[in-house]
Amino acid sequence: MSLVAQSRQALEVLPARELVRVRETEAVGQYTLLRVERGGLEPGIPGQFFMLEAPGRVLPRPMSLCLAPEGELAFLIDPIGPGTRVLCSLRTGDAIHVLGPLGNGFDLSVERPFLVGGGIGIAPLPYLSEALDHPSAILGFGSDLHAGAAALLPQAAVAIEPRLVTELLPDDPGDVLACGPEPMLEALAGLAPGAQLAWEAPMACGYGACYGCVVEIGGHYQRLCVIGPVLSAGVRERA
Amino acid sequence: MEPLPILNASGCLDALTAPDVAQRLDAYVTKTVTPLPREGNPPPRIAETEHGMVNSIGLQNPGIAAFVAHVLPRLRDLGIPIWVSVGGFSAGDYASMCEALDGHDDVATIELNLSCPNVEEAPESAAELVRAARSATKKPLYAKLSPTSDDIAETARAVADAGVDGLSLVNTIRGLALDRGTRTPVLGTGAGGYSGPALRPVALACVHACASVLALPIVGMGGVASGRDAADFAAVGASAVALGTVLFADPSAPAKVRSELDELRTAEARGRADSSERHQLPATRSVIS
Repeated sequence: MSLVAQSRQALEVLPARELVRVRETEAVGQYTLLRVERGGLEPGIPGQFFMLEAPGRVLPRPMSLCLAPEGELAFLIDPIGPGTRVLCSLRTGDAIHVLGPLGNGFDLSVERPFLVGGGIGIAPLPYLSEALDHPSAILGFGSDLHAGAAALLPQAAVAIEPRLVTELLPDDPGDVLACGPEPMLEALAGLAPGAQLAWEAPMACGYGACYGCVVEIGGHYQRLCVIGPVLSAGVRERA
Repeated sequence: MEPLPILNASGCLDALTAPDVAQRLDAYVTKTVTPLPREGNPPPRIAETEHGMVNSIGLQNPGIAAFVAHVLPRLRDLGIPIWVSVGGFSAGDYASMCEALDGHDDVATIELNLSCPNVEEAPESAAELVRAARSATKKPLYAKLSPTSDDIAETARAVADAGVDGLSLVNTIRGLALDRGTRTPVLGTGAGGYSGPALRPVALACVHACASVLALPIVGMGGVASGRDAADFAAVGASAVALGTVLFADPSAPAKVRSELDELRTAEARGRADSSERHQLPATRSVIS
């Protein structure tokens, strides 16, 4: 716990929060890719996240960056609730406030990167894949329809339930970088103890103010937005 | 017109992770500190509702000893007045917390959290807790009250008689958010503290009721998100306002609320000046029109 605290610096100055225009929304399988103008926002390190204003809602929604083309930020969103549905229904020209990048992303200094994503957890992998020169990857989805999002990571092998990503994982996958549902991350932590895992939690603020996103680490509740969302597998073995 | 000080509501900002946000405030109010460290409540701890949010953080904090040793010295660097919110489970707790803070020049004010909806309450009355705190410190004491008492003005009068210097109105009210699919509570603890825009009329009523019977300064809070909201609280008797849930959505809210309030007051002053000019027109004009 103390090691984590030492290696993760508290934010001294919050990143910018800007009003940016929506360029377009695009259906990707069951999900929606929300493309917004970058404005003065930095894309940050893969695995970091942004707080997206969901118009008409009280709280913004945390989303990891999916793609960062020139002048743009793109977020992959699963319309599972009122906030994400509003975000998926935005139209070209609409404007939303975006705050970020926040949290701690993946450590990119790995020798043999291997990406694993599950469901909407594939969101940060396309941007991560670009940063690591498109390494091998496995994606898992709950249905053929959801698997349409695999188009975002063309090099990836795909597992569709009941088949699991862990069944496709090679014996020696190298340096695993993963994001997905908690059971998948827990299974990966067992198979690849050195893996870097991106977790999620409900967040009101994304910058350490609300204490809503805590996860249990070493017997203590710690804010995922401050110490994560990317944690090494040994730090959080069990959700 | 006097500037209206803008604070944060306790538990809605961590000045150590966002010092630049805290420095935009006229005073920083800490998350509630308790005698012993608390891990807080099991997640999920937050849930958005249609017009607000519920939380059940459960006063997660390092305890007063670690707070004084490790947190307070770092808060000094903010360069703004520090209000320390304290909570406890007995009159003795409040007394010992205030005693521990009394000798620290860095502490401008102690806010007594007498109303957290997410932990067990002390058995004593609010006035008894205040008396215990008052006997332990000469620092300014503010009592943070729940809006759910039968007669908040009566509670306010009781804590005023017991020696508080001001009131922080209001804490959250109890609320329950259900998962729309399973119809089970979203929060790990079931119900939690309800905050945000929906709390605003409730808070305004409390500030109005207390300001009508007491001359104490009042920090008004509950859904303040704009300059107009702040002006409303000032109109019913608040001498300062605190920002809560809005800080989660917008860390630039302190500057935004302040500039909106300044603009509003300037426009209203101009309106009053224009209107008094009109009143000076010859009486015949009004007859003609």
